[in-house]
Amino acid sequence: MIDLQLLALLLTPLLGGLLLAAFGSRSWAAELNSLMSFCTFVAAVVLTMRVIDSGPQVAFNEQFFIDQFNVFLVALTAFVAFTTSLFSRPYMRIEQHHGKLTTPMLHLYYSMYQMFTLAMLVALTSNNMGIIWVAMEAATLTTVLLVSLYRTPASIEAAWKYFILCGVGIALALFGTILLYFAAERVLGEGGTALLWTHLNEVKGSLEPTVLKLAFVFLLVGYGTKIGLVPLHSWLPDAHAEGPTPVSAVLSGLLLNVALCAVMRSKVLVDGSLGTHFAGNLMMGFGLLSVVVAALFLSRQKDIKRMFAYSSIEHMGLITFAFGMGGPVATFAAMLHMTVHSLTKSAIFFAVGHAVQKAGTQQMENIRGMLQISPTVGWGLMLGTLAILGMPPFGVFASEFLIITTAMHDYPWTTPILLISLGIAFAAIFGKVQPIVFGETTARRLPHQPALVPVFVHLLLVLALGLYMPPYLADWYRQAAALLGG
Amino acid sequence: MQMTYSLQFIYLLASMLLLIAFAMLSQRRILSLINLFALQGLVLSLSTFVVAFSTNQQHLYYSAGLTLLLKVLVLPWLLHRLIRKLNVRWDVETLINIPTTMLVGIALVIFAFNLAAPISQLSESITRGLIGIALASVLLSLLMMLTRRKAVPQVVGFLAMENGLFFAATSATHGMPLVVELGIALDVLVATFIFGIFFFQIRETFDSLDISNMEKLKDDNT
Repeated sequence: MIDLQLLALLLTPLLGGLLLAAFGSRSWAAELNSLMSFCTFVAAVVLTMRVIDSGPQVAFNEQFFIDQFNVFLVALTAFVAFTTSLFSRPYMRIEQHHGKLTTPMLHLYYSMYQMFTLAMLVALTSNNMGIIWVAMEAATLTTVLLVSLYRTPASIEAAWKYFILCGVGIALALFGTILLYFAAERVLGEGGTALLWTHLNEVKGSLEPTVLKLAFVFLLVGYGTKIGLVPLHSWLPDAHAEGPTPVSAVLSGLLLNVALCAVMRSKVLVDGSLGTHFAGNLMMGFGLLSVVVAALFLSRQKDIKRMFAYSSIEHMGLITFAFGMGGPVATFAAMLHMTVHSLTKSAIFFAVGHAVQKAGTQQMENIRGMLQISPTVGWGLMLGTLAILGMPPFGVFASEFLIITTAMHDYPWTTPILLISLGIAFAAIFGKVQPIVFGETTARRLPHQPALVPVFVHLLLVLALGLYMPPYLADWYRQAAALLGG
Repeated sequence: MQMTYSLQFIYLLASMLLLIAFAMLSQRRILSLINLFALQGLVLSLSTFVVAFSTNQQHLYYSAGLTLLLKVLVLPWLLHRLIRKLNVRWDVETLINIPTTMLVGIALVIFAFNLAAPISQLSESITRGLIGIALASVLLSLLMMLTRRKAVPQVVGFLAMENGLFFAATSATHGMPLVVELGIALDVLVATFIFGIFFFQIRETFDSLDISNMEKLKDDNT
């Protein structure tokens, strides 16, 4: 039964990718893209209900494994992928109307969008550490041509950088996976089962600590490149700024989470083998560095998408830090932060996308007075910014509050660093977004009606999560935190 | 411990792998670089075959065959085709300071051996000293990617790095499960195609395949 539900989840985007590869240049391709994403979302919801009801389970000869932790990311991924496809429908048409995109480019975009969703879902649900690697690499391959979609010199440079840096990073992760297999083979014997996470998890206590230590360093550095941890982040702002906005939204909101999920899977094994806080300390270090460096870089940004890309680095750093601290509260907060960050950041990118189209530039000094020309874009951007900066009553406030109070209790010395960084980030982003929203307008009218419903749906969800957490959701997160050894 | 002939042969191939990695590091001509890459693939496939023979493992024969097909035939053929189409077949790169690069390379090899020393002691498989060599050739390829300023050699470095990883997989662990290996091979193949597309996009936009032309994206530009 679970086999069937998983099959539906994975086959829908595959089918979508194939259909759009065939019909991607038709006029209804955007609608088909949204429809397939909607079907994927429905499949994800069905699967989620099932896992919440009956707990973790394996499928397809143990090749896939679904528990509360990854199913929450599956649901989030499918949801944001669906809303982004709704946003991209008018957005990409406007881009085409402005002459920045041609029909063959859109054709590529639609089919790759579905394949990218597929790669992320496989990376999330696979039980095989090797297949997780393959799917992560596939996620890079499907997005790299989307980053260079506009064919401008800057976008090609960004895509090249993304490809080379993530390629090197992911190669290091492969070395980590090989080391993991090397350690596992001695316990589980040769053959197919030695890379299956569920099997590894059962014998994690007897895996060789020295090997796993080295393996985790490689895995963290490798997948950390994808997460955008400092100092491996330099591809991220370029790729987000130069790619089309829907791609920025899914990269920022989803791909970074998926890479972090792979790191967490490895961390559980390493913690079990070492019995020390080695993996957690490493993650805390990288996380803290990312938060500080990203906050300092924020105020120097002039390009609006670039600025929000740095904000993603900051938040991913915060989540990595929280996962690194470990313990039930911090892990719970990290997962909550993953959820609210994905929703808020993609909402911001939707609003930013239309604001940029109206102003005709990504340079923040030339985007002015969004509220005058379009109150919905203006308010969407303003509320999204307030939400991402951690203003109550939005959900980001709740998760950041939990992370900081835990840090205060367990690692007091990190608290001032975190608070100062968040303060700097607040000053930098708010100071720049405020004149964009208010002030005298220079914007133009758009040929298609922009889709702003997703922006407000996301923000509403984030607001709801900040005000009231339904008991079953809290319970779900708590179970997932327990699975991660929190 | 008495070394068997097959083991000695694997060690010979491993040192050849490392030697080729050094040769690639200092090679200026793009055409020779691709030939070196094909040779490295051949050595890799041979060593996989010997490991398969001496441990009598069926699936390693498949990976040896896959390596031969992909890394000795398909990828070099694709690269040859690309450089012919792009007309960079006879390009010579001006590399700065080959001796320094070589010295850094030697330091990397020592570092890799040190890093792998505790692991090598654990391995019971016949090929236990090889993980250090594999790591060294991965790091050397990485160094090559960093020192090159042209797109094609960077990509050859990327593929050579994958060769080093594959050697680690076969030497240290007797090969990953076949499904994983197939997945990795597919990813590498698709990556090479995408690199090919990129070469044309880069040349169309920048009029050359020199990566140093693209250093526009900085944080405080504009």
